[in-house]
Amino acid sequence: MILVVDMNYREDSLCHEEFVLPVVAIVKPNDSLKIMHYDRVKSASLEGYSGIILCGTALKDNRFSEHISEFKWLEECETPVLGICAGMQAIGLAFGSKLAPCTEIGMIEVETTIENSLFTRRFSAYALHNNAIKKPEHFEVLAKSDKCIQAIKHHEKEIYGVLFHPEVRNHQVIERFISETRKNQPQQ
Amino acid sequence: MRLGVLFSGGKDSTYALMKAMRKEDVSCLISIFSENKESYMFHTPNIEVTNLQAQSIGLPQVKKATAGEKEGELADLKGAITEAVEDYGIEGVVSGAIESVYQAKRLQVICDELGLWCFNPLWKKDQPELLNEILGLNFKVIISGVSAYPFDETWLGREIDENMVRELITLRDKHGISPSGEGGEIETCVLDAPIFKKRVEVVEYEKYFSGNSGIFAIKKARLAGK
Repeated sequence: MILVVDMNYREDSLCHEEFVLPVVAIVKPNDSLKIMHYDRVKSASLEGYSGIILCGTALKDNRFSEHISEFKWLEECETPVLGICAGMQAIGLAFGSKLAPCTEIGMIEVETTIENSLFTRRFSAYALHNNAIKKPEHFEVLAKSDKCIQAIKHHEKEIYGVLFHPEVRNHQVIERFISETRKNQPQQ
Repeated sequence: MRLGVLFSGGKDSTYALMKAMRKEDVSCLISIFSENKESYMFHTPNIEVTNLQAQSIGLPQVKKATAGEKEGELADLKGAITEAVEDYGIEGVVSGAIESVYQAKRLQVICDELGLWCFNPLWKKDQPELLNEILGLNFKVIISGVSAYPFDETWLGREIDENMVRELITLRDKHGISPSGEGGEIETCVLDAPIFKKRVEVVEYEKYFSGNSGIFAIKKARLAGK
């Protein structure tokens, strides 16, 4: 089961349908899921999930970055995680990095810097952000645009962050992440 | 949060408005009257009916005419949003964009430049599901314009019902059209919705059709009891 984390300024906000439901629509045919707002996610509540997806937020919505203690569970987390945009920023902040101003709105070109399970080569993606993240310690950079880091992965853990929004034009990134989470599940 | 909703009077902007009214404080509607029938950004047929719709919903309307040239209409949109900020103190804008990265990007950029929130509550929504939802909510919606093969003049003025949704899905599978018409293949006009206090009654209309496009032009309409 995948935990889809709503990163918006409040639970059941007007952004829920824009940033959470498109991700849900991609997960649903591939796995069961539960949606939870980030302020209700605690490490104790993560048992039973094969993967966690942190969704994006509106361009003006940086509330999550003022509550980064709510994401401390990431440091201990052994479950695969995919952070999208705000989700990637939250991962970076939780691992001690800092935001770096960078505005990209619309379709951009992304260049893969390290081949990985989620994407390959050069591809177009939809971006919507005013901040990127500086490379956190213990992470490697998987992709870049001509302006900033577009994707990271923890050196040891299956914790990924993508700054672009795969739910708009790159569904396969989310689908491949879900496939990755299955590799960690015990064979039945 | 005080919001302004981009309102064309079609099903998508009306449904987005309804969603916004449930979650936030909608202060005004923002309607752009494009003089270009092939406007890149704005739904065009029967935009004048928005006056009656706004009256029925009970919201003030910021109106702006545009010549509808590609970048000029964006400046006009920005001007209308700025007026809504000045007159109604809006902090954000809502649109009914579903799939168009072109529309979404341009509105996001304008909102970013003006320091406003931007909401797209129908973004990436499954289009047949959207049509079924509005039918379930008793929206009364007619086809007010068509502009792509294989639509013909028989579509003009037709009310969207379950049969039509099935037809649109078939046309999507066969011809690749967007079932909700977001590519401009079909335009719609909402005559009644749960947020309308009165329904819009069409008194006089004319149909114009040529080539692969046509409009159902509402010449005279009025508000009537529901």
